[in-house]
Amino acid sequence: MNAVVGRGRYVEGSLDKMMRPTAEHRGCGTSVNTGQASCRSRAAHGELPAEIWEKVKKHPCYSEGAHHHYARMHVAVAPACNIQCNYCNRKYDCANESRPGVVSEKLTPEQAVKKVLAVATIIPQTTVLGIAGPGDPLANPEKTFKTFDLVAKAAPDIKLCLSTNGLALPDYVNTIAKSKIEHVTITINTIDPEIGAKIYPWIFFNHRRYVGIDAARILTDRQLQGLEMLSERGILCKVNSVMIPHINDHHLVEVNKAVKSRGAFLHNIMPLISAPEHGTVFGLNGQRGPTAQALKALQDACEGGVNMMRHCRQCRADAVGLVGADRGSEFNIDRVMKMDVKYDPEMRKAYQEKVEAERAAKVAASREGLAEFAGEMSEITVLVAVATKGSGLINEHFGHAKEFQVYEISTSGAKFVGHRRVDVYCQGGYGEGDRLSTIIRSVNDCHAVFVAKIGGCPKSNLIRAGIEPVDRYAHEFIEKSAIAWFRSYLEKVKRGEIQHAQRGDADIRYGSLISAG
Amino acid sequence: MPFKIIASQCTSCSACEPLCPNVAISESAGRFVIEPAKCTECIGHFDEPQCVAACPVDGTCVIDTSLPRYQAPS
Repeated sequence: MNAVVGRGRYVEGSLDKMMRPTAEHRGCGTSVNTGQASCRSRAAHGELPAEIWEKVKKHPCYSEGAHHHYARMHVAVAPACNIQCNYCNRKYDCANESRPGVVSEKLTPEQAVKKVLAVATIIPQTTVLGIAGPGDPLANPEKTFKTFDLVAKAAPDIKLCLSTNGLALPDYVNTIAKSKIEHVTITINTIDPEIGAKIYPWIFFNHRRYVGIDAARILTDRQLQGLEMLSERGILCKVNSVMIPHINDHHLVEVNKAVKSRGAFLHNIMPLISAPEHGTVFGLNGQRGPTAQALKALQDACEGGVNMMRHCRQCRADAVGLVGADRGSEFNIDRVMKMDVKYDPEMRKAYQEKVEAERAAKVAASREGLAEFAGEMSEITVLVAVATKGSGLINEHFGHAKEFQVYEISTSGAKFVGHRRVDVYCQGGYGEGDRLSTIIRSVNDCHAVFVAKIGGCPKSNLIRAGIEPVDRYAHEFIEKSAIAWFRSYLEKVKRGEIQHAQRGDADIRYGSLISAG
Repeated sequence: MPFKIIASQCTSCSACEPLCPNVAISESAGRFVIEPAKCTECIGHFDEPQCVAACPVDGTCVIDTSLPRYQAPS
């Protein structure tokens, strides 16, 4: 969503012409894909210069619009960390932001470069290389920067991206700038050392281990200082925050303001992952993650600050491919080292031009759907879940869906608000009854589920749960279809055929989030 | 008594290795070990033994009581 930042205004040519009426129609604060992002970014950055748009338009993590079309990869070259978080058990790697798991491969910089070239050749949508651990990249500066330098030489068209806890950040801002890293993500869970002491048991800084409020204060100061320094140098910064109920949930609105004032470009609030079997402090002491409704309420409360990111899948430190469709397992290092890779930037360029054309078609289609609403107003908003393989289409069978994308629909348009990871219902041609009930719980806040196809059994179960299965828009564009469905929903409400009621809360699935691979 | 690394606890994260002022820590076949003859318990270098302070799993870098205590040169 976020990257489409300024699309309506700043991009030249036909895309610009297509987007401008959409942005005007939706106005600020209503649309994810267009109007809102555009307005927000102007508020935060003034007129967004073309070079910033260039930086984000093909970045699947910085841009909701791009994440259907472009792929990213992480290389796990940085195993060491300089802080301890209560949501992380280092024996099994960090559960919240990167969980390569115990079988993950830690790569040398040379192996990492070979892997980048192999992935970029086989998956031409790959535009971004990130280093996100499994520890902290800046606690492993030698391996991290060597990898970046080697990749920049071998594949200069790949964007470089770094994710850090921020403790060592102020010391490396110059190196980051020199390494042509365009995007940095800093995890900032709090700006209050008292809250920080509940999240971080210790940090290792200046050759000493600090604990408690002292540790949290040093970390917070360094994070905010690092963010300011990066912003001053024009490096785009995303801030990640883990939402921990009763510890930092309400406080994250303050964090949002603080990072906005220091130039953060995007804020990604993620739900805490905390199952007892992960062996983390939070997992063991019963601290649980938020529900879908609580997460959405917090994200909504932060609207108006920094652009909110809602499409994060909390990927692993060795994730490969389109966000939400990990292909990491195809690229284990033994296999990669045996590959005969012929890297061809021209082929990649041609492929990505095709992708841009596809994107423009999607934008045009969603605008067409919106025009239908002109003049109509209703207070009703509903959530719908969509089974999709990407490209903005309803093109996945219910039984094959690994996740559902959730859209909030109102008469102002369809707005992407998140996704729900589920276990695939249909395995080997048979549906799993237990899984069906967990899938229904994970989309329980939705009024309808849009699918390309659905079997009789899940269909009747969904109806019984009060969720309408909708398969009549198979292979059509999501936003346009959702709005068409919403029009008929409103008409039925108006005619008194159905009674509109708010739905209940939904679960966020943790297990499948981290076992993906 | 130099420090030693309990192999079954070690996550091989490599945090300790670059911090050792004596270059006593090395990796071999994915495991990290401390060479006892080189370990000075960080006496004279830092307030805290660096391997212990940086290790993410408490109780992994521990004193090897089977060896004599390091004597800092006077």
